[in-house]
Order: sequence, then C-alpha cells, then structure tokens
Amino acid sequence: MNSKAYPGQEAIIANGWWLANRWLISRRLSQVGVLGLFLIGPWFGWWFVEGNLSSSLILGILPLSDPYVFLQSLATGHWPETAAITGVLMVVSFYLIVGGRAYCAWVCPVNLVTDAAFWLRDRLGLGGASSLSRKTRYWLLGATLLIPVVSGQIIWELVNPVSMLHRGLIFGFGAAWVVLLAVFIFDLFVTRRGWCSHLCPMGAFYSLLGTHSVIRVRADNRIACNDCLDCYKVCPEQQIIRPVLKEADKGTGPVIDSANCTNCGRCIDVCAPNIFHMGLRFNNKVSVNTNRSDRSNHSSGVEVL
Amino acid sequence: MSLGLGIYSKQSRSLPADALRPPGALKEPDFLGACLRCGLCVRDCPYDTLGLATAGDDVNTGTPYFKAREVPCEMCDDIPCVVACPSGALDKSLINIDDARMGLAVLFDQENCLNFQGLRCDVCYRVCPAINQAITLEHRSNQRSGKHAMFIPTVNSDHCTGCGKCEHACVLEEAAIKIFPLSLVAGKADDHYRMGWEEKSQHGSSLVAPDQEHLYNLPSGQRYDYDKEGLIFEENSSGEAIQ
Repeated sequence: MNSKAYPGQEAIIANGWWLANRWLISRRLSQVGVLGLFLIGPWFGWWFVEGNLSSSLILGILPLSDPYVFLQSLATGHWPETAAITGVLMVVSFYLIVGGRAYCAWVCPVNLVTDAAFWLRDRLGLGGASSLSRKTRYWLLGATLLIPVVSGQIIWELVNPVSMLHRGLIFGFGAAWVVLLAVFIFDLFVTRRGWCSHLCPMGAFYSLLGTHSVIRVRADNRIACNDCLDCYKVCPEQQIIRPVLKEADKGTGPVIDSANCTNCGRCIDVCAPNIFHMGLRFNNKVSVNTNRSDRSNHSSGVEVL
Repeated sequence: MSLGLGIYSKQSRSLPADALRPPGALKEPDFLGACLRCGLCVRDCPYDTLGLATAGDDVNTGTPYFKAREVPCEMCDDIPCVVACPSGALDKSLINIDDARMGLAVLFDQENCLNFQGLRCDVCYRVCPAINQAITLEHRSNQRSGKHAMFIPTVNSDHCTGCGKCEHACVLEEAAIKIFPLSLVAGKADDHYRMGWEEKSQHGSSLVAPDQEHLYNLPSGQRYDYDKEGLIFEENSSGEAIQ
C-alpha cells in the first residue's frame, strides 16, 4: 500500500489545492455546463440549444451534429441533408483542434457515471485485473459501422449509453437507466475504466478523429519526474504515459500524442513537480534542455479549452 | 455481441401498428437508417404531438413517433417538424401537408361505429381536416328500420394523410376508426389490371372495334344506349317516363 492517502496529495502540498485540482474542476464545469445548456430549454423554456448531442441547433441558427452517428447513418446508405453535414463539419473541425477524445473528458455525460464508478472502485479497493483488451472498442466501432451496411438501420443508437443518457435527461429516460447501471456496475466490479477505455466505440471513433489533433498534454519537464506514479493512477489511459516519461532515450518526444489521450488534464493536476502542461503537438523533439523555453508556451495552450 | 446487436436490430425494426411517424418520414427501414435521434422535430412540434421513444418502448429507441388516440397531428401548414429535421429522415420534398401519408384511417369496427347503427354521430367526418375528401358520408338504406338512411363514414385513401384526428375524436371507449401504417392496410392492385371504363374514356371510344352490338330483351318503352347513357326509359305519349 502506498504511503500516500490518494494521488495528488503531494501536488496539493506543493502547489496548493486549486492548482492541484483546476483541470478536474474545469472539466466538471464543462460537462455540467454542456448538459445545462441542453437542459435549460426543457426546464426553463430558454431555448439556447435544441436537440441533443446527436444533433442540435444552437440559437436557432448553428447546426451541430455528432460525426459518429452521422457515419452510422451514412453506412446505411442514407445521404443526409445539408444541415447535418454542416453540423458534422463544425464538430469535426472543433475536435481536430482540441483533441478528439476531449469529447470524452469534457462533454460526454457518461464520463460522470464512469468517473463515479472509478472513484468508488478506488475507495472500496476493488482490484482484479481484467484481460479485456483496450482494442475491443475498435472492433466494436467496426461492427457498429458494418452492421448498418447490411441491416440498413443505425443499430448502435439502440443501446449507446452516451446518447441514451443525454437524450434521456432531455427527452425522458424510459428504461435507459438499465443500460447506464450496467455501465456503472461493469466499471465498478469488472474492469478498471472498463467502458470508456476499453469498450466505447464512440470514444474509439473520437480517438481516430483526434489522431492528429493540435492541443496535447506535454511533458517537457519530464527529467524532473520523481516516479511517484500519481499521473499513472489517475490516467484513464495509463498505457500512454510511460513512453513519454521514460523513453526519451529511445527517441520518444515530450508530447503525449496518443490518440487515446482524452486531454482531461488530470495528470497536470496531480503532478507535484509540474512535469505536464497543456500545449500544442508541434515541436516534439527529444531534447533535454528545452523545458524552460517550452514552459513559456504554457498559458497560451491552457486558455483554449 | 455484434451478432446480438444485429438480431436485436432486426427485432426492433418493425413499428407497432399504433405508432405513427411524423409527416414526411421515409419508409420505415430507410427512416431507421436516416434518423439521428436528435429530437429537433419533437422540439418544433407546436402541439407536443411528437415524442422520442425511450428504451423499453416498442418503438426504436430515440426515434420520433406519435399515437393518434393520445395526440393527433394537427397538420401545420408550415410543417415545422420536417423543416427542423437535419438529416432528411423527414423528407423536405414534402411541402404541402395534404400530401403527407403518415398512415391510413380505417373504420374497422363496423359493429360498434354509431353511424353504422343508423345514428348520426359523424364526429370522425366532422373533425377530418379534409372533410368530404378524406372521409365522405355514403348513404345506404337502413335495413333495421326499413325507412331511414345510414350515413357511412368512408375513408378515401387519395386524401387521407393519416393525421389521426378521426381516431382521436371517435366517441367510443375504444375508437372504431384508427390510423394504421400504410404497409399494413393499403392494398395494391396488380400492375396489369385495367379497368374497362377507364381505358374506354381515356381512349375516347370503345377499344373493341367495331363495338359489339348488344341485343337486349328489354321491356317495352326501354332501350339501351351502349355508347353513352346506358339504360334509357323512353317517354310515353303523356310525356312521363315509364317507371
């Protein structure tokens, strides 16, 4: 058992509570804020946003559409109208900049459910390794795009917990809570970060979308790493951290450029020596002494999200 | 899991008979491929007719539908639901709401329909937005009383949009007239069928040349004009038709 009570404790002592939690707090605000924008319409009659995450209309003018459900629709052989195409282009260009899986960390409502399950799992000390491959989600993604070709209808949306939760909150739940409960229980008892980091084809899609996205977490100061493992413990995609931190001698640059990084920024929070910061994907060269100059970029990247 | 999804998708493909899609909806299998489940049509429906199916409903999750007996379609002239649809699942080529075909009304329960009992309920006929077109009242003699007429509400599929006002308004505890999906109740004649009288009027004259001379053994004072009028009662000397 670690001597520390929880990951991030050292960071709080070293940098203060706010700096050790700012990304988490901002992220929660973003998740709740997005949800709130969709809910003030049905709750208070102020229709800033109509629709849901699958497709929406902002201020009665700007269409936004989810590229994943759009692709599923295309796979059935349906050619959508201009509104949906425009909406998809908007969303795609946004995530090409902020990082594909930023959707998962900053927008997706299911993240609140799975983070809660992870928190409880951690609290209860539930361990248990799972052999579930993180590649499963890509197989599922393939299946959800292939079956529509054969069946002619969008099938993933019958069970997709993401759209079910979001639509449920706005338009009425029905039995959708069963699906969400299943996800919660799966994450709690079966696999650590089971849904978001192993199964969700939507996350898999957004990871592919953000393969070359601009905004990235950087570890320019990686020589200062004191091997406390806090970042590793909080990261939903643990496998992506080690190469950047420890394999500089193998030529790995300081940018965490894995498509599966959700840009959640929790590693930045919990790192007492302040190794990580939010930055851009460019200038990913292996150089030991660049940390001072690169850290001057720090604030420019932070404000974008 | 994928296989399961495939089977599940096949199961949920069919729409229950009492669930109607919004106006302009593509045919059901195409609709399920086109609808993004965003609910924008629901939001723009001014009468709260439409709702999104939730998990556990017998309608495909997240897709819009309405039940006529609960809230029928009010057939807005500007068809806001179709305008709102971003994907084309509701076809924008529908401009005139009278061309919508959400379903077809069928007066299926003749044993309980009040008009079929010889009463003048007429409610379905009165509420029909296409009164005297989609629903007409056809006269028939009342065999029970022997002297009254019955006014039979009759649906004409050329004009019925399937809005459901008739089903919603039917005064019976359980409606005798209901809207059903066209796929369920609309018949279709074979393509090679030709109606003689239609062909004849289209052609302008008889298609059989020369027209066959018919020989009728008609009572005196009657003759038959097979080109135009049919049976003719010839006037007698006092100028009145012999009946």
